[in-house]
Amino acid sequence: MAGVATAGAAALMLTGCGAAPTASSTASASAGNYTGCIVSDSGGFDDQSFNQSSYEGLKKTEKDLGIKVNQVESKTNNDFEPNLRAMVTAGCNLTITVGFLLGDATKAQATANPDKHFAIIDFGYDKPIANVKPIIYDTAQAAFLAGYLAAGTTMTGTVATFGGIKIPTVTIFMDGYADGVKYYNEKKGKNVKVLGWDKAKQDGSFTGDFEKQDKGKQFTQNFLDQGADIVMPVAGPVGKGAGAALKEAKAAGKDVKLIWVDSDGFLTAPDYKDIMLSSVMKQMGEAVETVVKEDKDGKFTNTPYVGTLANDGVQLAPFHDLDSQVPAELKTELDQIKKDIADGKLKVESAASPKA
Amino acid sequence: MTETNRPRHAAEPDPAKTAGTAAQPTATPNTPDVETTDATDATTATSLDTAGGAMRPSAVPVSGQSGIVPGGPDSLMRKIFTGSGMVSVLAVLLALILGGLLIASTDKAVSASAGYLFARPSDFFSAVWSAATRSYVALFQGSVFNPRGTGAAGQFAPLMETLTIATPLITAGLGVALAFRAGLFNIGAQGQIIMAGILASWVGFALHLPMGLHLLLVLVAGVVGGALWAGLVGFLKARTGAHEVILTIMFNYIALYFLRYLLNTPAFQRPGETNPISPILDPSAVYPQILGTQYRLHLGFILAIAATVFVWWVLNRSTIGFEFRAVGANPKAALTAGINVPRATILVMAIAGALAGMSGVAQVAGTEKVLTDGVAATYGFDAITVALLGRSTPWGTFAAGLLFGAFRAGAVQMQIQTGTPIDIVLVVQSLIVLFIAAPPLVRAVFGLNPRKKKAVKANKSKTAATTGVAA
Repeated sequence: MAGVATAGAAALMLTGCGAAPTASSTASASAGNYTGCIVSDSGGFDDQSFNQSSYEGLKKTEKDLGIKVNQVESKTNNDFEPNLRAMVTAGCNLTITVGFLLGDATKAQATANPDKHFAIIDFGYDKPIANVKPIIYDTAQAAFLAGYLAAGTTMTGTVATFGGIKIPTVTIFMDGYADGVKYYNEKKGKNVKVLGWDKAKQDGSFTGDFEKQDKGKQFTQNFLDQGADIVMPVAGPVGKGAGAALKEAKAAGKDVKLIWVDSDGFLTAPDYKDIMLSSVMKQMGEAVETVVKEDKDGKFTNTPYVGTLANDGVQLAPFHDLDSQVPAELKTELDQIKKDIADGKLKVESAASPKA
Repeated sequence: MTETNRPRHAAEPDPAKTAGTAAQPTATPNTPDVETTDATDATTATSLDTAGGAMRPSAVPVSGQSGIVPGGPDSLMRKIFTGSGMVSVLAVLLALILGGLLIASTDKAVSASAGYLFARPSDFFSAVWSAATRSYVALFQGSVFNPRGTGAAGQFAPLMETLTIATPLITAGLGVALAFRAGLFNIGAQGQIIMAGILASWVGFALHLPMGLHLLLVLVAGVVGGALWAGLVGFLKARTGAHEVILTIMFNYIALYFLRYLLNTPAFQRPGETNPISPILDPSAVYPQILGTQYRLHLGFILAIAATVFVWWVLNRSTIGFEFRAVGANPKAALTAGINVPRATILVMAIAGALAGMSGVAQVAGTEKVLTDGVAATYGFDAITVALLGRSTPWGTFAAGLLFGAFRAGAVQMQIQTGTPIDIVLVVQSLIVLFIAAPPLVRAVFGLNPRKKKAVKANKSKTAATTGVAA
């Protein structure tokens, strides 16, 4: 212990020479008494996926709207109920819960506390609850564009995708992607193959969790061996494994590309900038901000927020560095498809699409 | 029998050294004598004791006794699991102190005042003190007593929450502890909880039975599920000699992937949904909340107390418990004394699995009320720590379960009130394990390392611990 203390003191020597501040009370801005809270699922707020995006969205409102923010991380599924209870006791006006696993716990607390408001990300209830607003995404729409884009840029005629765990919020990406490729084949009379997902059978390749990057790498190498040159991993951080495998292939002289999901990978996974074709984005932060703002202004409703191409809730990210590799003709086609989907002329259907 | 014994004695430390004690020569003819007597319980007891007693002359170190025997439990592991309770307490204390320093090091006020440490050191130290104490006060308020609660019910709500979270930890911890007393390192509580959870929840949501009967069946299904899953490990170990550590680890994986597979089949999903989450259990299939609906505390806690009493009884008062301990102390000697070691191995694993199964039931029928792939959380692994901290004694495990339950319950408040990351609790838990595994380190920190005089004392208590296993 003494040793630790000395070491600590020695470290402080280097930095501890500043002058003490004079006692001045910095008047803090009136924080208001609105509190927005968030409970993560077991992924935690650093999951580089929906927990993180939602958390960042809420953190942004702390500054922009001057509200108080309270957050609590769940380590296991057992923490959901205690965490939600604690949030209610802590006086949260709006509590945001992340993921379908929190569905039951949110419902229970919402029913027990009808005067409190809740919002749940990526989950909708069969029977709407008066004080819970679902925030859900028709991700298949944006993934459809990604599939079309992949089919239009592949050199080998084979593209691939894989998921983390087989849950609707993951398979919806894969459905849209496969359909996008299919649509391209129909329009162009081509035969681009999709590896890793069979929409009809609703079955494909899954790494089994959102953690093991080496599995993502292994899956991607297998896809490359089978002739794929564009891979879309729908597996949160496991996508980095795919990125690593693709970078190696690129270093070996292959022309390969990566499609990121959830956020714009060019910004959030800059290691793979040079192979990042595009990203299927779910604008969760923005949605959270909107919902918090509405609730603060007293305009809370339990109508689900559904992110679509029409309201920019889901998007295809810019091509950034690989812009030159996407033919102008393909870009116009993508714009047209986007418009058609937004207008409802072109229907993208997935078993996992929001029912609302 | 005697033939297998002789080389072992020959393998003991230099005869030149032991010869001085003169105990060895008399002991050798003694042993076969006792062995030939028929092994009724009473004689088994004496035969074992004299076998241990024959070596008593303390020329042979305790570690040598169990360490040399092939197939005997690892003596280091044994020491770690059954060392003195004082080390446990000190380890917890030390872990909390280090945890406090860690909290302080991430605190903003602390880092701000560290910038002018030499200009006004008092600021820095008071910031460190307040950061650590604030977190721990929040931890206490979240786990035992919250003075700001409304009425006595609200004030003691945290304590009820602690008991709730402790429930699965206690029963799973008992399973690990019991197996360890029989010399088996059962890492499989996780898988046993999962298998129990699968069976119990299926009975809970798929069958629709009358009140009372339904819950009973859920409990039985879970306990049997856990017992079979662990009993299978015991069976494989007893029949093939496969190592239980490897078996239980692999069985954990099998259970987890089996669970994931099931959750992807419509039979385990809610009608009309494809999320991997089971339907909610029938109201008739869940544990009643024993102190009213405002607390989550459920019948499972009473059962956990009953399980603790049961394990205490088994270990200290029953014949089979004596056999477990005898096998744990020295399987070869136990075999020699006429104990059916394979049977004891299978049985102890089955009971351990049944106890872990109770945790699975507490999860699906007590708190979660659904089956997800996180049904076992990390309880199966925390249970090892709990058993470790509890020194593999029933009530020690019970107390350790309560402590860990308090950590988990309090962590929520700590995170909300002070923004201290929940991970700090995991760090404290891990530090506890670390310190328990290194008793000399803990003693050194607190200046308790035995010097010449104390060494005798320590030795005595150690011998007592191994020879008088009944303690």
